[in-house]
Amino acid sequence: MTTRSHPVKTVLFYIALLAFATLFIYPFFIQIATSFKTDAGAVDNPLSLVPNPFSTAAWSRMFGGTNDSSVPILTWTKNSFLVALIVTVGRVFLDSLAGYALSRLQFRGKGALFAAILAVMAVPGVALLIPKFLMVNYLGIYDTYYAMILPLIVDAAGVFIMKQFFDSVSISIEEAARMDGASIFRTFWSVVLPMARPALITLTILSFQGSWNEFSHFLVVTKGTPEHQTLVTGLASLTSGQLGSGTQYPFKLGTALLTTIPVAVLFFALQRYFVRGANEGGVKG
Amino acid sequence: MTPSQQTSAPRQKRGGGIRGREGIAGWLFVSPLVLILGIFLVIPIFMALYVSLTNWQGNGSPFTGGEGAQFVGARNYLDLFTRDGLTRSNFMQSIGNTFYYVLLVVPLQTILALSLALLVNNKMLKAKSFFRTAFYFPSVTSSIAIATVFLFLFSNSGAVNAFLGFFGIDAPQWFSDSRGLLHIMFGWVGVDNPAWAQGDILGRSVWDWLSGPSVAMCVIIFLVVWTTSGTFMLMFIAALQDVPVEVEEAAALDGTSQWQKLRLVTVPMIKPALFLVITLGLIGTWQVFDQIYVMGKGAPAGTTLSPAFLSYQQSFENFQYGSGAAMAFIIFVIIVVLTRIQRRVLTDKDERTPLFRSLRRGGRS
Repeated sequence: MTTRSHPVKTVLFYIALLAFATLFIYPFFIQIATSFKTDAGAVDNPLSLVPNPFSTAAWSRMFGGTNDSSVPILTWTKNSFLVALIVTVGRVFLDSLAGYALSRLQFRGKGALFAAILAVMAVPGVALLIPKFLMVNYLGIYDTYYAMILPLIVDAAGVFIMKQFFDSVSISIEEAARMDGASIFRTFWSVVLPMARPALITLTILSFQGSWNEFSHFLVVTKGTPEHQTLVTGLASLTSGQLGSGTQYPFKLGTALLTTIPVAVLFFALQRYFVRGANEGGVKG
Repeated sequence: MTPSQQTSAPRQKRGGGIRGREGIAGWLFVSPLVLILGIFLVIPIFMALYVSLTNWQGNGSPFTGGEGAQFVGARNYLDLFTRDGLTRSNFMQSIGNTFYYVLLVVPLQTILALSLALLVNNKMLKAKSFFRTAFYFPSVTSSIAIATVFLFLFSNSGAVNAFLGFFGIDAPQWFSDSRGLLHIMFGWVGVDNPAWAQGDILGRSVWDWLSGPSVAMCVIIFLVVWTTSGTFMLMFIAALQDVPVEVEEAAALDGTSQWQKLRLVTVPMIKPALFLVITLGLIGTWQVFDQIYVMGKGAPAGTTLSPAFLSYQQSFENFQYGSGAAMAFIIFVIIVVLTRIQRRVLTDKDERTPLFRSLRRGGRS
């Protein structure tokens, strides 16, 4: 577009933008407001952003204000953090190890392995639900943290991102380290990884976001009892009606908000890395 | 070889001793990846392929044969297409539903994402990053959490109906309305289940195939378009930033209109990104699962069933693992075939960019 534009055009342009922005943001404001409404208030004034009457009943129920063992939000939260943190640490370390080897080290079968990784990335996730269940069952780890964590602890897309990153940085510094007699792992750990900080942050974000928001994998490898439910799977059983009586919108939307907050905080703190991640990791559905 | 030979070697060639060590280190470094992907991805696919050829119902081991897991050959696959019954009619309905879903979601999200990218990429725009954030934020949140919000927004007493009420529009009961959009439009011209649409294709009448997406499915379509366009917008923005300024200026000097410029200059220049977005869209939409699970599990009247959800339900709720696994492999084949066709249609031979190469290009934002 040209830099000099009609004022009318400019106004129309901003109106279009604001209309879109409202469409994308308003649902979240409604969500926040509704979590502070009463059940009746949520239904009577669904569009209003001002809870009237104001009520913290939903939030106090979430944080154990009432003895409601059917919706153990604290257990769900604990599980979400546990799984997401372990998966994130595992992926960042193991993906960069493998990505480094595929980018820098010469070993027999490397080309075939890389081709296999690309092929694996192309397999649609939903076609893997039954396969994963069968293996987890076969190994006797159904409904355990192992079943939730191990299949996610290294991922092809992350390895791909790290390989691409190492391909793009110069090899000279690590060559020097190797000349000085440092072992391959030592070079990787103390020379290469510190240089890879931007890629590592991107990978950390993608991994945390991915495992925090994960749904279908947990659905098929656990029984769906609170013991191994995360916020996401717990929320799904709450909204799809397995735990619910009535609509309880403030409570459901509050729980959904709680589920969103950790990723949202990460998003607003590290936004530019998210943007990178979206462009590099877009293959993950 | 000696170290001196190694340093004098032209590129990154290494000496034999070091290469040997590298060989071991290389395999050690990739061993966690190989183990995990092997155990939880490659081998399970073959296990599932085998199970799809049995009548296993969840009792005992599926791999030892015997009563509980007899080998039935391709029967599970054939039944989905040829045997009259609930399984086939559900499966065919899910294929029909998802066909309309893909047909609407892919173009809508692509156009919306491109429009947002063009708006945000405008040079005269102030507060660029605010708008980019606003459009992108829905994409990073949990699909389950967003679906919960939409359940409320589109409920009978929800925000959308309240909003439509302001304008005196009589809004539908979104989640219990199983009428197909095309059926509704046929109704406007007085056509309702006519004689010419009674033929039977794979167990469903032509009229059923022509239903279009149901009103309930439209909510899921809105939801998905709304959550995915942010990500695709970023890919378009990255591509737009690669368009040389001179090209834009030359087009402006030639006196082309905005629309002509978009069609003749901008879109051809960002073709790889467009290709990527459509491919990822096709791959993603055929797999729709999470939203279906939360927003009614196929209700009303099976009009929001997707093959991915049906495959899950058939296995984990009806315990027909063989038939569920067969459905999963059919989805797999559909996705592979569609992306192949789309690739053929959309790319010229000389610019056939591999999917992941174009991802990298996008990464430079």
